[in-house]
Amino acid sequence: MKYKLGTLAVAGLMAASPVMADLVFPSLSYRTGPYAAGGIPFADGYADYFTLLNERDGGIGGETIRVPECETAYNTEKGVECYESTKGEGALVYQPLSTGITYQLIPKVTADDISMLTSGLGRTSAKDGNTFSHVFNFPANYWDGASVAVKHIMEQEGGDLSGKKIALVYHNSAYGKEPIRTLQELSEKHGFELKEVPVDHPGQEQKSQWLQIRRDKPDYVIMYGWGVMNQVAVQEAANIRFPMDKFIGIWWSGSENDVLAAGAKADGYKALTFHNVGSDYPLYDDLKTHVVDAGKAAGAGDQVGSVLYNRGIYAAMLVAEAARTAQEIHGVTDISSGQMRDGMEQLEITEEKMAALGLPDFGPEFSVSCENHGGEGFVAVTQWDATAKEWNLVSDFMQSDQDVIQPLIDEDASAYATENAIEGNC
Amino acid sequence: MFYREAGDFSTTYAEDQQTFPIKFDRYRYYVVLFVAIFVIPFMVNDYWVNSLFLPFLIYAIAAIGLNILVGYCGQVSLGTGGFMAVGAYACYKLMTAMPDVSMFIHILLAGVITAAVGALFGLPSLRIKGFYLAVATLAAQFFLVWLFNRVPWFYNYSASGQISAPERDTFGILITGPNTEAWATYMFCLIFTVFSALVARNLTRGSVGRKWMAIRDMDIAAEIIGVNPLRAKLTAFAVSSFFIGISGALFFSIYLGAVEVGEAFGIQKSFLVLFMIIIGGLGSIFGSFAGAAFLVLLPVLLKIVGVDWLGWPTDIVAHLQLVIVGGLIIIFLIAEPHGLAQLWRVAKEKLRLWPFPH
Amino acid sequence: MPEQLAFTIEVFMNGLMAGVLYALVALGFVLIYKASGIFNYAQGVMALFAALTLVGIMEGQVPFSHLINAILGTEVHHFGWHVPAFLAIVLTMVVMIVLAYCVQRFVFRYLVGQEPIILFMATIGLAYFLEGVGDLMWGSEIKTLDVGLPQGINVWIDEFTFEATGYGFFIDNLDIVASIVAAILVIGLVMFAQYTKQGRAMRAVADDHQAALSVGVSLNFIWILVWSLAGFVALVAGIMWGAKSGVQFSLSLIALKALPVLMLGGFTSIPGAIVGGLIIGVGEKLFEFLIGAPFLGGATENWFAYMLALVFLVFRPQGLFGEKIIERV
Repeated sequence: MKYKLGTLAVAGLMAASPVMADLVFPSLSYRTGPYAAGGIPFADGYADYFTLLNERDGGIGGETIRVPECETAYNTEKGVECYESTKGEGALVYQPLSTGITYQLIPKVTADDISMLTSGLGRTSAKDGNTFSHVFNFPANYWDGASVAVKHIMEQEGGDLSGKKIALVYHNSAYGKEPIRTLQELSEKHGFELKEVPVDHPGQEQKSQWLQIRRDKPDYVIMYGWGVMNQVAVQEAANIRFPMDKFIGIWWSGSENDVLAAGAKADGYKALTFHNVGSDYPLYDDLKTHVVDAGKAAGAGDQVGSVLYNRGIYAAMLVAEAARTAQEIHGVTDISSGQMRDGMEQLEITEEKMAALGLPDFGPEFSVSCENHGGEGFVAVTQWDATAKEWNLVSDFMQSDQDVIQPLIDEDASAYATENAIEGNC
Repeated sequence: MFYREAGDFSTTYAEDQQTFPIKFDRYRYYVVLFVAIFVIPFMVNDYWVNSLFLPFLIYAIAAIGLNILVGYCGQVSLGTGGFMAVGAYACYKLMTAMPDVSMFIHILLAGVITAAVGALFGLPSLRIKGFYLAVATLAAQFFLVWLFNRVPWFYNYSASGQISAPERDTFGILITGPNTEAWATYMFCLIFTVFSALVARNLTRGSVGRKWMAIRDMDIAAEIIGVNPLRAKLTAFAVSSFFIGISGALFFSIYLGAVEVGEAFGIQKSFLVLFMIIIGGLGSIFGSFAGAAFLVLLPVLLKIVGVDWLGWPTDIVAHLQLVIVGGLIIIFLIAEPHGLAQLWRVAKEKLRLWPFPH
Repeated sequence: MPEQLAFTIEVFMNGLMAGVLYALVALGFVLIYKASGIFNYAQGVMALFAALTLVGIMEGQVPFSHLINAILGTEVHHFGWHVPAFLAIVLTMVVMIVLAYCVQRFVFRYLVGQEPIILFMATIGLAYFLEGVGDLMWGSEIKTLDVGLPQGINVWIDEFTFEATGYGFFIDNLDIVASIVAAILVIGLVMFAQYTKQGRAMRAVADDHQAALSVGVSLNFIWILVWSLAGFVALVAGIMWGAKSGVQFSLSLIALKALPVLMLGGFTSIPGAIVGGLIIGVGEKLFEFLIGAPFLGGATENWFAYMLALVFLVFRPQGLFGEKIIERV
């Protein structure tokens, strides 16, 4: 941030007359409010990747990229305002990073012919592209997360879960309740006992919940938390001396923010992820030269390499590749939002592609199709190393149990389709 | 000069009793209505309606409802968010159970259901007073939110517990869902807002309203002169919840289209609406509108100035926004402790004597 | 000892401990309400602000660095020093006293004699203002607060009870510290109010503003004093809660935990805040354990705290320790 507010103001006034030829990827970020700690690194990563493309390659296919940022504070009403104020600028794709805003935008983006990417959040059944034509949630969704967590536990236990006890500590909201159905199905299939432990918003006081866990002595704890709930849960788990390597959080409970407050006691805590961690990639060297050192980094520029920053980079990379795909399909560089949707739908992420971008092994390989908007559901497990203060990947990307998840997705999608009279677009 | 009673004669009882007895006031009211009905719908686009007019109109209804309870009857309530949730979920259940019935009826019915719930939670007010009463309404707030989150029947057993408004129309015009026209949703909410304001205005200056005000000013004294506190307090709770229920139903079905109870109708919503009526002015219908405008429009305005015009980083603008709103609240209170409505009254008083104040 | 009984006792004790933490927040409300009749909505934000300032000073952060960098194009973040915890707490207290002075000088001096609801409204403005300033000053990312408080299970109690009863009870070290701090705080406050000149003046103001003024008590000074005290209580609460969760925006929401305590204990009673806190803490934890989690699907604590306060209020409308409300026409 090396420019002054004054010059910014001039630049802002000039930018106020929108140049329609740009590729516009609005960023509905939240740098304030209860979830700011999670929103800041993601927004920084998202913006920095596009800045890099602009600075190094001159945009995508020669078209410069514009990322108008709009502050939602994780508030649905502000999310509406942000959506309405940015969609007129030729927005191609939205990534709201909030389950509430996602639900609310699903019908709107469909009507406005704009795509929405909700990697690892939002409505899980949006994977069914037949019903949700404009919503994408590749490479993984909440149910994949639950399934891979169980799979990982099964590996630890030598393939047998019968008679084991798994507790689910979840944020008592739409988001937190997502994995319950999947875990119930899985518990029937594998014969483990599932304990549901809800935590009310905001989750600063979890003594009851963790005393309950201390009494019930589950073998493993899976957590779906967000915001302050994560820090308190990790702390309380350490307090009751729950073995940290048997405590597995979803990807929204697996950033540096969540474990640093508990200090050394958080060592060994595990979390799921759908992209790789750390900053040991060729792309980060480019980021350093073209963005950070050039003083063009978003925010304070101190988030590079953190888990949520990487998630922002990954999200931006997926969108940029989808835009490239769209340019190839339609043979124009200045794509419209409808063409962008086609690009999203035919996106294919391969290892060669990621390596060429300077992000080798950064995420799972997957491809999107008209029926499948959610990829193949490959998720990996990371573990926190409190001495080195870094997350490490401790497993390969594993596929979730599609036999269990697919029927659930079909069921939920068809319920939505009947309720809203959607005929299907494949 | 403009605003004066002189030369404005009432020759019938009806004229004497009309809502705006002063000619200038009446014409101003007609002009505002005319602009709202015949000008704005032809000029608005999605952005104006969805980011400014809808929240303003809907919050104005909620503020009118709460103002009846707090401003007119003197019963402090922090359960607004919970009661709005009742309206929203009632509307959702009605919409999905009876798809063919007009949305007007659904929303009114949602108001009626909320009125019943509100009266129930108003019962402790007979015994508990002042800030202590806030606890009863807070209990309602937290309990209702928990209930809607916990019992799957309320959200039709959907996987995530969110409710989404399906497409519905009234008189063949789409009102809910993504494919609505901006003017249609605007008009639909405007009708309810005008209706609420009219009903509230006439209730508060009639015998019911006078009973409420007697209770507010001193309930023991009111009891002695023959006001039944049970009936007065419970009607205040019921009428107030009726409006709040309507606003909750509109908030869900027209404005957002999909809500999650904890996020949309949490405790912060209760505080927000309470702030609106205190800033706007307790015991004033105009104040409800002014307060809603202040807290809905000002942040958007500050955001447009800061981010879109000046191009400052969004987080600095968001923080400055808090500082400015907070500072303005304090400055307003120091300048005029009785809210924006009192400023308006003072302005009218000045206008009456203008240009010769002495 | 039968298992169910052991569990119940454990939940009961942890409820007591949680109640102490709630009471810490409630104390700040009571101090200000008693002396000036202001229901201070900003108390939670003050706790956040105090904790943010403490961390900022300890880490040697440059205040308003984000804003300064944005305006001047500089790249300053840290002074590069670390302040020891004790000194930082003292410095934070100085900041809170300055804040108390400013609040009195620029806000409430102009609002003397207004109705309670208007004073309440002013504190809402203050809450918005402080939240914005706190974020601008120290940034909104999450910060780790480490003043060296012990945390985690108390091993000694665990082992001792295990030998004595066959079940090792869980008590959090942080909760023990919090209880001791709360006890010292309450005793200190009561001693201050009873035995010092300023304390007597404070009680006089609480009893009757006019009478206190007429015998020469400076209202201005007393109000700055109580706001400073409330700032101190906010700092203590901020440290205790911040040690658990890190310092972040959500810290300001702990005020919600204090509301039922206030209602139950009465707005004007310091012992009331403590007893109210204990009752709420025990009540909500026991309900969650015995009824909430097994039968109602859990997460019942939030609303049950208010329901419990409501039931008490129906029998004692002025709260447990509130002054009896005498109404005359």
